[in-house]
Formats: sequence, C-alpha cells, structure tokens
Amino acid sequence: MSTTSAEIKPGKASLLYDPKIRGYVYQFALLAVVGFLIWSAASNAIENLRAQKIASGFGFWHNAAGFDVNQKLIPFSASGSTYGQAFWVGLLNTLLVASIGIVLSTFLGFFVGVARLSSNWIVSKLAMIYVEVIRNLPLLLQLFFWYNAVLKPLPNPRQSIELPAGFLLNNRGLYVPDPQFGPGGNLIIWALLIGLVATFVFRFWARKQQAATGKQYPIGLVAFGLIIVLPLLVYFATGRPITFVYPELAGFNLRGGIQIFPEFVALLVGLTTYTAGFIAEVVRAGILAVSKGQTEAANALGLRAGPTLKLVVIPQAMRVIIPPLTSNYLNLTKNSSLAVAIGYPDLVQVFTGTVLNQTGQAVEVVAITMAVYLTISLVTSFFMNIYNKRMALVER
Amino acid sequence: MTDATTEMAPYAFVRRETLEQQPAPLSVAGPLAWVRQHLLSSPLNIALTLVCLYLVVDSVPGLIRFYFLDAVWTGTSRDACLADKVGRPVGACWAYIADRFQYFIYGSYPISQRWRVNIVFVMFALGVVWLLWTSAPKKKLGIFFFFVLLPISAYVLLLGGPGAERFLGFCLTVTLALAALYVVLSFVPQLVRFYIGEAAVGVVQQLPIWKRFFGPKQLVLFALAIFVFLSLLANSPGLPRVDTGLWGGMTVTFLIAAVGIVFSLPLGVVLALGRRSRLPIIQLLSVIFIEFVRGVPLITVLFMANTMLPLFVPQEYSPDRLLRPLVGVALFAAAYMAEVVRGGLQAMPKGQYEGAMSLGLGYWSMMRLIILPQALRIVIPGIVNTFIGLFKDTTLVTIVGIFDFLRTIEATLVDPTWATPTTRATGYAFAAVFYFLCCWGMSRYSIAVEKRLAAGQKR
Repeated sequence: MSTTSAEIKPGKASLLYDPKIRGYVYQFALLAVVGFLIWSAASNAIENLRAQKIASGFGFWHNAAGFDVNQKLIPFSASGSTYGQAFWVGLLNTLLVASIGIVLSTFLGFFVGVARLSSNWIVSKLAMIYVEVIRNLPLLLQLFFWYNAVLKPLPNPRQSIELPAGFLLNNRGLYVPDPQFGPGGNLIIWALLIGLVATFVFRFWARKQQAATGKQYPIGLVAFGLIIVLPLLVYFATGRPITFVYPELAGFNLRGGIQIFPEFVALLVGLTTYTAGFIAEVVRAGILAVSKGQTEAANALGLRAGPTLKLVVIPQAMRVIIPPLTSNYLNLTKNSSLAVAIGYPDLVQVFTGTVLNQTGQAVEVVAITMAVYLTISLVTSFFMNIYNKRMALVER
Repeated sequence: MTDATTEMAPYAFVRRETLEQQPAPLSVAGPLAWVRQHLLSSPLNIALTLVCLYLVVDSVPGLIRFYFLDAVWTGTSRDACLADKVGRPVGACWAYIADRFQYFIYGSYPISQRWRVNIVFVMFALGVVWLLWTSAPKKKLGIFFFFVLLPISAYVLLLGGPGAERFLGFCLTVTLALAALYVVLSFVPQLVRFYIGEAAVGVVQQLPIWKRFFGPKQLVLFALAIFVFLSLLANSPGLPRVDTGLWGGMTVTFLIAAVGIVFSLPLGVVLALGRRSRLPIIQLLSVIFIEFVRGVPLITVLFMANTMLPLFVPQEYSPDRLLRPLVGVALFAAAYMAEVVRGGLQAMPKGQYEGAMSLGLGYWSMMRLIILPQALRIVIPGIVNTFIGLFKDTTLVTIVGIFDFLRTIEATLVDPTWATPTTRATGYAFAAVFYFLCCWGMSRYSIAVEKRLAAGQKR
C-alpha cells in the first residue's frame, strides 16, 4: 500500500500553490487585519476618552443614579439608588413585557393563522388583511400609532372610560382592581401551585401508562379539576379571603387599584399584534406543510375531525412551526427595545438611554446591553433547540 | 343496458332529441350555494360570519367617511381642518399632507438644490427597474450601474462641495485612463493579438472599429458617460455643499435602504462564504460576527454606531452624523443577508461543486462562475424579504436623531400651523400608505419571482 501510493505521488508542487500553505496565509492575513482594527479602535477609544475626560471601567455601577423610573418591579428611587439598580429595573421591565408579549402573541398568532385557513370566506379574508397590513408596516409606526394616536387622546382621569370588572382606562393608563389577600389567602396560592405540580405529575404518569398499556386517561378533565376547581374550593372553604380594592376618583387622580402605564400598554399591544402577524404565517405554513394524505389516512382509520387534528396534524405541523416560532420569540424580545421611542422604561431606555447620557461611558454601557440581549438570544435558542430535537422527526 | 333495450324494445322510451342543458341545482352552485358553503356551513361558522360582518360594518364605513367623505383636501392652515371653523364634521386633513409634501420628500434640503435629489431619485428608479424587470437588457451593466455608479453619483450629487468634486475628478481620471487604454488596445492589431490570443484576432479585425470597443469595456464607457454628465452639472449649475444635517424625509429613508442593500449584499456573500469555509479561523470569525449581530436588536447596533464609532476613530476623522447609522444598518443587514445566502449555498447539490472542480476551476472561479449565480438566484425571494425587513427598520434611525420619513411626519405633528384634532390620524395614515405600498410591492415581486423560479419544478 505504502509503496504504491509512493509511486503515484505526484511531484511536489511549489509552495505557492499548496492549498494548505495558502489557507494558513489567508487566515494569518485576516487575523492580522482584524487584530489591527481592534487594536487601533481600542487605542483610539482610550485616547478619545482621555481627551473628553470620561472615566473608563465599571466604577459607575455603584454611583448614585439620581433619576426616577415610573414603572419598576424592584424598589428604585431617585435618591439612594445606583446605576446598577437602574440596570436591573430596566432588565426586569424588558423581560416582563417580552414574556407577556410572547404568551399573548402566540395565542393571537395561532388564532389568526388558523383563521386564515378557515373555510369561512370572510374569516379567512379578514385574517389575510390583518396579516398583510401588520407585516407591511414598520413596528415603530405601529407603536407611535398605539401610543400617540390611541392611548394619548384618551380622556383624563375624571372622565375615565369604565370597562367591565372595575377596570378604568384614561390617559394615565389602565387601572386594574388590586387584589388584597386576607387571612388564609395564601392557601389559595398554595392550592394553585399544588394543582399545577400534580397536573404535571399526573400527565407524566398517564403518558407512561398509555405507552405501556395503551389505556388512555382523561388528562384534560383532571387538569381542570386540579388547576381550577381545587383553588376555587379552597377559596370558598377559607371564607373568600380575597377582596379587591377598586380604583376610584380622588381629587384629580385615581386612588387604589394597580396602575398599568400607557407606555407599557402601547408597547405590549404593538409587540403582540405585530409578532402575531408573523406567527400567523408560521402557523399557516406549518399546517399546510402536513400533507393531505395524513388527514385522509387518519379519516380512513376512523378518527373524527377533533382527534385527527390533535393526534395527527398538529404534532406534525409543530415540527415545521417550532424553529421559525423561536426566531419570532427572539425578534419580539429584541423588538421590545423600541420601547425607547415611546418612553417605556426597558433596558435600552433606562440603561442605554438615561445612564449612557449621564455617565458618557458609551463603551461599557453599550457592551453590557448587547451582552444581555445576546445572552437572552443564546439561552432561548439553546432551550428551543433541545425542545426541537425532541420533536424532530427521527428517521429510521 | 344494451340487453335491456333490445329485449324490451317495443316498450322502451327513447328520447330522440337532446335536452336543454339545465342549470346546476341552487344547493351546489351559484351565489346562494357559495354563501351557504363558505359562510354558513355550521353553527360555529354562522357565528363567526356574524362577528366578522359586525366588525366590517362597524369599522369600514366610519373609516371611509373619515378619510374620504368628510376629509378636507385643500387649505393653507389649520383653520381649514377645524370643525367649528368649517361648520361641518371634519375627517382627515389631507390639506396638511399636500402643504407639507415637499418637506416629507426632501426634509430641509435647500429648495434651490432639490433638482439634485430628483436626479438621484430618477437614477435610483432606473437602476431598480433595470435590475428587477426580468426581461430588461444588459443585466450586467445594470448591476454595475446600481452597485457602483449609483452610489458614487448619489454621493457627489447629494453632498456636493469641494470634497465630492475632487472625488468626482478622481473617478473621471480613472475611467478616462481605462478608456484610453482600451481604445489603444482595440486599435493596435499587434496588441490585440497579444491581448486576446491568436485565434480571435481574425474575428476582431473583421469587426468595424467601433464594435471592437466592446465587452467589459462598455462598463467603462457607461461610467465615463455618467461621470461626464455629473461634471457638466458640477460645472454649469454648480454643486454647493449641502450638509447631511439638512437631509431628510423620503430621501433619507431611500438612502438608508439603498446603502443597506448595496453594501449588505456583497458583504453578506463574503460572510456566507466565510461561514462555509474550511479554514477554521475564517469560519470562526464569520460565525462570531453573524451570530453576534443577529443576537442583538438593531437599536443597540445604532446606539453603538452613534456613540462608539466616533470613539473608535481618531478625532479628526470623526464620522458624519448620518454616516454612523448608515454603517450600523449596513453591518446589521449584512449579517441577515449572510444567512440567506448561506441557505442558497447549502441548497447547491454537491455535484455542482464537483463539476466545477473537475473542470479545473479554482475556489474563486468556481464560486463566481458556477455556485454563486445559481445560489443567489435561488434566494432572490429571501433577499427581497430581508430587504423588506431592512426597509421597515430604517424607521429606527428616528431614535438616534436622523430625519427620516417617519421623523419628518412626527416633526410636523407638533407644528402649531397644522395642529388639529385629526392631523395625527392623517399623518400616520399617510406614513402607513407609503410604507405599505413599498413593502407590499416588494413582497408581491418576491412572490412573482418565486413562482417563476418554481416553474421548472412544476410537472
């Protein structure tokens, strides 16, 4: 073997034409260029920062912030809070609007996507118009519309619009009744948590049983009982301990209740409707990707429409839907940074906006912001990839 | 059947004449059946239909009344659009759009110099039509025009001033030199022999002199024509400098979008090739760039360009305020474009690579002649989709203080001259129509291309 290969071996080419050597040269050249760019950018930045007398490093993290934020999930005040705390306030606000937006846009998107495939002509046409209009307009324009054209012109608190269940809507936001937990109120929360855990355990067990014996258990009914009926029973058993404080007019403002700021409402509505337009198309494509033969085969086996959809079409559609759905979730999270345009205090508005302006430490602040979004993106796609792998088609 | 008829012949009734064709029964065809099948097929469907009908009846007439029937079309100030001044209910205030239309297109660009913007618009439209219209002639020339000549001309025309004129002079010199070189080459037969090889000399010598000046040389000729035209403009009406702070409106929106596509497409191709390269360092750097940029919001990229770019270069070269977001948008779009192009590269069958290699082509010739033309053609819809996203994202430059189209609208909304209750609704509706027409047109185009490309797959 070795002798034959030695015989056929062609004459050694010049080093100039050796692909391996060429590869090394190209890579080295690229590294040198990139290295030089980074080095010159860094040295310029140091020079410029020194000229502008801006400190570098993360010392600003513990300095007093000196500004206030209207919506905060953790304590924060103009006096005594630091830039570091401002960062956490912004980050939590971003995560809050993104997580609620993801849930809502998933529901709306699936609804619209299915509606586009409806046999009802007017339903499918309306869904089509929704998708076309929403997807072809910039998100920023839509946010301006919701914030400036819909929520701003609302009446002042004295002439609040009264919605059902004690909700009030005015130009300072949406006022929601504030639940107060009396003695024993905690038990309801515990009952709800226990119900959720028990449902998961039961579902797991039922799946195992079905795989082993083929016997099916009523998962939906048990879940309903555990998650909804059990807390309700506890609620009545402990003597209805939850009372609501309703918002009411006091002077020129409203008192009581939880105030949801108009910036939050506008951003949430804008993000939800915008992303739902994209999710709708993802869902439609996923359902269309399941070949008609699958439905026909299920019908031939005697499955009715409901089980066909649940057991045959949707599981296969999900395989097509999940990867683009993930990127839409990531897009929603990234798009929440547009909050800066309408003044919702998210990470970009609080940190990259206000903190950057006050400290002037552009490099650190922008780097931290980017690192946060990068982490969110990578973590989300990591988990979705695991989920995707579990759902993906295993070919034998 | 035949047995029956022959057996029972005397009693059988045989119709001699053909019956008139009957219309289909109402229950399976016609408008009534259509309504029954598509709107009222089940109780759930009836309910849905009623809800949707309510939505339509509730909203559409009101919108039509607001935007067309009650709208004010002419006027010079807010008085024309105030209900108590006019004495009737007032809808949209289109007079305000008409009054501010110039501002929406040009921003604060000096009125006497707006013809320059118009020339760029015309060139841009020409380039777009040239590239997108499938049966347009000389596509290569069109690509050269759109990706090389248009950016140079736009820079010279829009900015003007001594710097731009020096740049124009430099371009003119280079093309003149190239043209002169080609002229010499095509007139001297010996040089021609040396230049294109023995075999073709006879053919070339048969051709008239003006036809020898052909091939890639037409690019040079075309460039020369454009540059001479620009220099004439620069010399006779003059091109005083217009600072970028004065630019605005649709001009800036189209400018950012065009810069985004012109720079992101080649950069995206390079990045995609880098990502599929077998050289580990090149691959790693491409992956890092693509994943990093795709993992962060455009807003942070714009903030970075706006605040950090001036830090990264020496003080005296500090980039222009408009240039910074342009760089950010181009880099951002390039990362997305790279993934689209990668899809096309991955869709190429291995045989195409092997075929190219068996012809003895090197890496770059293989990519340029065999792989990229096919790969890019596959992903034209993807490229257009990325471009739609880019076009919508141009609005974000508003946030870093650039006067794009949306910002000019926002700016006029706070102007007291046209402050009426309906100005805002009108302004946003106008912006919506503009963005919708652009994006929807592009998406229709991409669907048409997709259909045309799929024609070969249909059986």
